[in-house]
Amino acid sequence: MIVFDQVQKSYQVGGRAIPALHPTDMTIETGEVFGIVGHSGAGKSTLVRLINLLEPPTGGRILIDDEDITGYNPAQLRAFRRKVGMIFQHFNLLSSKTVADNIAFPMKLAGIYSKTEIRDRVEELLARVSLTDHANKYPSQLSGGQKQRVGIARALACRPTILLCDEATSALDPQTTQSVLKLLADINRELGLTIVLITHEMDVVRRVCDRVAVMDAGRVVEMGPVSEVFLHPQHPTTRDFVFESESIDHEELQEDLQKADGRILRLTFKGESTYQPLLGSVARKSGVDFSILSGRIDHIKDTPYGQLTLSLVGGDLNVAMQEFEAADVHVEVLR
Amino acid sequence: MEALLSNVDWSEIGWASWDTLVMVGMSLLFSVLIGLPIGVLLFLTGKRQLLEQPVAYAVLSFVVNVLRSVPFIILLIVMIPFTVMLIGTSLGVAGAIPPLVAGGAPFFARLVETSLREVDRGIIEATQAMGANVRQIILGALLPEALPGIIAGITVTAITLVSYAAMSGVIGGGGLGDLAIRFGYQRFQTDVMVITVALLVIFVQVLQMVGDRLVLYFSRK
Repeated sequence: MIVFDQVQKSYQVGGRAIPALHPTDMTIETGEVFGIVGHSGAGKSTLVRLINLLEPPTGGRILIDDEDITGYNPAQLRAFRRKVGMIFQHFNLLSSKTVADNIAFPMKLAGIYSKTEIRDRVEELLARVSLTDHANKYPSQLSGGQKQRVGIARALACRPTILLCDEATSALDPQTTQSVLKLLADINRELGLTIVLITHEMDVVRRVCDRVAVMDAGRVVEMGPVSEVFLHPQHPTTRDFVFESESIDHEELQEDLQKADGRILRLTFKGESTYQPLLGSVARKSGVDFSILSGRIDHIKDTPYGQLTLSLVGGDLNVAMQEFEAADVHVEVLR
Repeated sequence: MEALLSNVDWSEIGWASWDTLVMVGMSLLFSVLIGLPIGVLLFLTGKRQLLEQPVAYAVLSFVVNVLRSVPFIILLIVMIPFTVMLIGTSLGVAGAIPPLVAGGAPFFARLVETSLREVDRGIIEATQAMGANVRQIILGALLPEALPGIIAGITVTAITLVSYAAMSGVIGGGGLGDLAIRFGYQRFQTDVMVITVALLVIFVQVLQMVGDRLVLYFSRK
């Protein structure tokens, strides 16, 4: 468990303290995939680097499994960092070492593993990230996705309990992003590893994260389970991110809504209710006619969800509302 | 052919070439041994680096700059008392090596500093995140990553030392430069001058070629 207790960070620029992270409280549970989303400059890079003290905080305490890491001496800190893997946007592999040597590097640095232990572990990790055939290649001979898989294998070498991902998919194409995210999800599930992932793409959060924190100008402005934050965003920054990820143009949507007749509802289905043939039966029972103004059906991690914006005309609206709520559908009246 | 090169004593040329090789080789060895740690220190103590130390950097940088700003011909003369103290003589091949190192080491140190700065900061950060200490970061990540640049630096230093070594002939340093000055210049033996210059050109060409090959071999980018 990672606990931030009034953690803050500011930089001294020309004698003035510029805050990068305002005092923040936050708890990341063991074994969860925790997303931190924000625009560049929002402070998410700083936040993730506080966890392994690449950036020392200027105030507050950081507790990892109830131990305050901010008081560690250099030797304790180095031992602690071995238990925290990290992957990067630009991979940061050593260009002078082969794939196998890159993966072995953190184990060699630790100085507590025998040669055979290292060799066996590298082989195992190469297989895990499906790069066995590329063991003796140099990073420059690999594609972006392959490089990131080497980065992941390297981060896992010393069997960490936490994996930090710094914009790990931002330099990858959509298809490669998919496969890297799937690999991260598999690792989280099979190894029970806590993953902290920062990104500026809400879509990445939607696919792999359990919970998410939204950052804006050095503050966490919204935090909660992904389905909550994603389907019912409260803060304007969060809304921007959600709309962006759904390619919704907010103004265009408002115009469409104005043209529509009757009441406008937004229905949110989650889990099993997504698959139920609800609209037709509600229309029959309540006598309303509806038209669909916008809609999306997708998954949040493993949970299917649907969100539809409808305009309803005629019939008995109250009956319709009751029917929807009875079917466990979240209803918002937009107009 | 015989008449054209009438003044050329080939065994003398052979010995002088060997002396130049020894002077360049030995001074290159010491320049690298002394310049490499200085270059690493310059890098580490520099702004926003691992061991940022503004005072140490300023002092080190000043010393390097002083040695580099003194024209080598002056450095040769200024170094004479020190060389006598160190080696016992300021003449010959051995006497030429200390001033050559004094000229070559600071030059190489700057080249090392520059090539270390070329290493992606992300690699240093990643190595730090793995729990490496400063020594491990230098030996395990920085130097291997900067190796092609450092080899290119050694090549440039070696070539500079060839010309410095030739210059040391002025104060009786030995080698091809000494030959060129004593015979080619003072006795107007143009043929000796041409041969020594040609040999120096070939020497530099070979060094550059070998250096380029090595850089290519160690570049994995």
